[in-house]
Amino acid sequence: MTDTITLEVARYQPETDAEPVFQSYQTPFRKDWVVLDALNYIKDKLDGSLSFRWSCRMGICGSCGMMVNGEPKLTCAVFLSDYAPGPVRVEPLRYFPVIRDLVIEWTDFLEKLKSVNPWIVRDQEKPLSEGEHLQTPAQLDAYKQFSMCINCMLCYAACPVYGLDSLFTGPAAIALAQRYNLDSRDQGAAQRMDVLSQHEGIWGCTFVGECTKVCPKHVDPAGAIQQYKMAAAIDRFQSLLMPWRER
Amino acid sequence: MGNRSNEPLLWGLFGAGGVVAAFLVPVHLLLTGLAFPLGWLEPRSYDSLLHLVRHPLARLYLFVLCSAPLFHWAHRFRFTLYDGLQIKHLNEVIFVFCYGAAVAGTVLAGYLLWSFP
Amino acid sequence: MRAPPAYTEYHPRWFRRRISTYWWLGQWSYLLFILRELTSVFVAYWVLITLLQISALKAGPQAHAQFQEFLRAPLLVTLNAISLLFVVFHAVTWFNLLPQVLVLRVGGKRLPGAVIAAAHYFGWGVVSAAVAWLLVGA
Repeated sequence: MTDTITLEVARYQPETDAEPVFQSYQTPFRKDWVVLDALNYIKDKLDGSLSFRWSCRMGICGSCGMMVNGEPKLTCAVFLSDYAPGPVRVEPLRYFPVIRDLVIEWTDFLEKLKSVNPWIVRDQEKPLSEGEHLQTPAQLDAYKQFSMCINCMLCYAACPVYGLDSLFTGPAAIALAQRYNLDSRDQGAAQRMDVLSQHEGIWGCTFVGECTKVCPKHVDPAGAIQQYKMAAAIDRFQSLLMPWRER
Repeated sequence: MGNRSNEPLLWGLFGAGGVVAAFLVPVHLLLTGLAFPLGWLEPRSYDSLLHLVRHPLARLYLFVLCSAPLFHWAHRFRFTLYDGLQIKHLNEVIFVFCYGAAVAGTVLAGYLLWSFP
Repeated sequence: MRAPPAYTEYHPRWFRRRISTYWWLGQWSYLLFILRELTSVFVAYWVLITLLQISALKAGPQAHAQFQEFLRAPLLVTLNAISLLFVVFHAVTWFNLLPQVLVLRVGGKRLPGAVIAAAHYFGWGVVSAAVAWLLVGA
C-alpha cells in the first residue's frame, strides 16, 4: 500500500528491558509528513508509551535529534517521502546513554559546554552609561557562522572520537568556544585556551569531518576546531619562544 | 596556568609534516619509485646525482623531506591506534614508539646528510 | 527481555552501547577517513626508502646501482604503486580540507574555499615540475 509506511522504532524501557529492541509500526504516509509527524501519530494513535523529545517542529530548538536509518537527523526536518517505501529505522542519538526509548542523557554535553565559558567575558564590564558594545558587519561576520548552533547534538552523534573518548569536548562546544573567541566584544580567549588547549579538550579531534556534514545549521564545527587548533599551536609556539609574553 | 601541554606543538609538527608530504612526496615517489625503475624516464647518473646532493641546500631539503613527514606519520598513526584499535590505555607505549621512531629517523637523516663524501 | 526493575525513581538504568572495534566499517565515510589516516604509513614507508637511497648514494656507485636494481624488483614496484595511490590520496584530501582550516579575508570578504584549494593544487603542480626538472637526467 502506498499510503502507509513502516517505522522500526528502538524501544528501551529500563523497568523491563535489558537492552533496546525494535518495534514496528504502520503509520500513514503523507507527502508533507516528516518523521516527527509519524512518531507523533504513533504516540497519539498506536502506542502512547513511546517516549521522545520534540518542541518547535521547525528546526530551531534542537530537541528532536535522532538516528534515522543510521544517520543523525532532526526528525522535524526529514520527510517520510525521502525514505519511501521504507521501512524507516528510528533510533536514539548515537554515542549518548539512552534513558528511555528515543530519549538520551546529555548532561555530558551540557557540562562540556559550560566548561568553555560560552558567554562574553570581559576584563572590566562596560558601565551602562557608556552605552552598548558596537560591532561592524565585518566583526559580526567573523563569528556569525559559529553562532548559528542550536545545540541539537547531531554533530556529537556523528563524531566517532566523541563516542570513543570521554575526555573529548566535542564539536558543538568547541565551535561555541570559538564563536566567543572571535567575537570582538569578548576578552576571554586566553581563559578558554587554558581550558581547551591544556587537556584532551580539542586534541582528540582527528578532523573526521562528519560533524560538519550532519550539522543542520551549516555551522562547520570541524572548521572551527581546526582553526582553534591552529590558534592554540601558534599561541603555544609563541609562549615557547617568548615565555615572558603577557597574553 | 600550570603545566602547559605540548599537544599544540605536536599538532603543529603534524601539520608541517603534512604540508611537506602533500607537496613533495608524490612526485618523488612517482619518479624514483616508478618512473625510473620502470624505465619511463632516465635518472641522473651517479656522479651527477652525487654532485647535486652534495650542495648544502640539497642536503637541507632532503633533511626536511625525511624528517617532517615522519613527525606527520607519528602524530597521525598515534591517533589512528587510539581510535582505530581502541588501545588508548597503551598511550605511553604508543607515544614513545611513534615519536621515538620519528626522532630516530630524523637523527639518521641528519647523520647521513651531514657527512657527505 | 525481562529483567528485574533496576532503577530508582529519579535515576533509571541508562543503556550505554559499547563501540565496536570495527566501528570504522559501519559507514562509508568512516572507512574513507581511516584510509586517509593510513596514508601516513605509506608516507613513512617512502621516507624509509629515501633514507636507504641516501645511504646507498653515500656508499658509492656500486651500492647505488644495487639499490636501483632493488627498486626494480616486482614486489617493490607493486608496493610503490600502491604507496603512490595512498600518497596522492593524502595530498588531495589535504588540499581539499585546507579551506576549512585557513580563513583568509580579502577586503572584508572571506576567500572562497575553491580559491584556496585551487591555489594549493597549482602550487603542487609547480613544485612537482621543479623537482622533476632537477631529478630527471639526460
